[in-house]
Amino acid sequence: MGKVMPLEGNNAIAEAMRQINPDVVAAYPITPSTEIVQTFAKFVADGKVTTNFVAVESEHSAMSACTAAAAAGGRVMNATSANGLALMWEILYITASLRQPVVLNLVNRALSGNINIHCDHSDGMGARDSGWIQIYGENAQEGYDNCIQCVAISEREDVRLPSMNCIDGFFVSHAYEMVEVEEDAAVQEWIGPYKPVRPLLDIKNPYTVGPLDLWDYYFEHKRNQLSAYPNAKEAIIEEGKRFGQAFGREYGLMECVDLEDAEVAVVALGSTAGMCKDVVADLRSKGVKAGLLKLRVFRPFPDAEIVAALRNCKAVAVFDRAASYGASYGPLYSEVAAAMYTRGANVPCVNIIYGLGGREIRPDQIADVYGKLNDIKTTGQPADPVSYVGVRG
Amino acid sequence: MSDRVYSKTAGWQDMAAGGVIPQAGNAEEYATGGWRTFRPVRDDEKCIDCLQCWIYCPDNAIKVIDQKVSGIPYDLVHCKGCGVCAAICPVKCIEMKPETDFEDEN
Repeated sequence: MGKVMPLEGNNAIAEAMRQINPDVVAAYPITPSTEIVQTFAKFVADGKVTTNFVAVESEHSAMSACTAAAAAGGRVMNATSANGLALMWEILYITASLRQPVVLNLVNRALSGNINIHCDHSDGMGARDSGWIQIYGENAQEGYDNCIQCVAISEREDVRLPSMNCIDGFFVSHAYEMVEVEEDAAVQEWIGPYKPVRPLLDIKNPYTVGPLDLWDYYFEHKRNQLSAYPNAKEAIIEEGKRFGQAFGREYGLMECVDLEDAEVAVVALGSTAGMCKDVVADLRSKGVKAGLLKLRVFRPFPDAEIVAALRNCKAVAVFDRAASYGASYGPLYSEVAAAMYTRGANVPCVNIIYGLGGREIRPDQIADVYGKLNDIKTTGQPADPVSYVGVRG
Repeated sequence: MSDRVYSKTAGWQDMAAGGVIPQAGNAEEYATGGWRTFRPVRDDEKCIDCLQCWIYCPDNAIKVIDQKVSGIPYDLVHCKGCGVCAAICPVKCIEMKPETDFEDEN
């Protein structure tokens, strides 16, 4: 049995990292993820972990050191936010292409400019095509649980892809919650010992990593990499179940709240989904057939599963805490709508852009969205395809 | 994660995951001579076998047998035609000639 502790989201993740005791952590502090590295550095200094902590001069160096340490054969972790992730951009692709199972704790924050340190998902969405698995947690408990699961998912032999454990900056990272922390030994037993594949430090079996890869092989290598993502999806489901068996908190690709008979539903990522649960409960008590699809896994994108969950709704709103500049819709909406269209689900879908740069969203604003969906359902009239909730003017 | 041997006819399923090259020490198998537009031609009469061309060659295209290069053909599969050997030669016995001079051979 674990123990329940009052922890901030950042400290919950640092606690998971202490229990995982990775071989290498190379990180550069950036708000709002700083506390993860700060707390973990203390664990290193106090001898609570045997991790080699590499102090670097930038996030680009941090990710480079992590990727190299993983190639050398280590279990490797990291943390960052926003512009820090953007500075890692070049290396993110390399980590995934080299199939190194690095786990990066991403505390979601708005990307500059203008300069803003508060929550939105523009950092994670900016890295959405870099090849990393992306799991979004709703609260500190999920940040802790997902951190442990990311290790197991990434290290599976048929996956070997890096993963991002995402939590919302400040709303989760700096808010105290009661978090159930498992026994150190139980976490170690659950993740198991690390078995590196072709470690560079195995000098008796040398190989070349990161070679020049031109028109004659690159396409095949990329197609080969693409074949790992369906495996990752299966791995996330299986490890989520295994986690549930061990610790009583089971996870899947998404969480469906009252979707079986829902007529109006929203799709949301991260902490907003938690607030949507309250709104759904309130609307249900008033007789509204409201539902929620809390998407946990954004990469690999579970398109078939999302369509199966939403196809019987009468109207759907997809919440994006990020804009896609120059595109017509937010990134989550684009993918949900493409999945619905491709799989013949003719459900009216609208896009809600909200909460950029840490702007809070209130339950009454979410309830208004459900109200608009109800209008679409009853009148059959198309609504604005995109609305900006919470912006002045 | 498979460890397949590379071949230009192999499909994506046959590629090693991560694009690694599992067979170490295979640089010699990578033909770089196709990039060449000039080829070194050595006058063996002038060559003093100082081996500077061998030291400076960036691509192992100059072969040494019994501590001599004279009389031994260049490895044209790997020679990129960079001209470093001709530039470094103290007795100027190497001339870089355009590949078009050797069209009959090719």
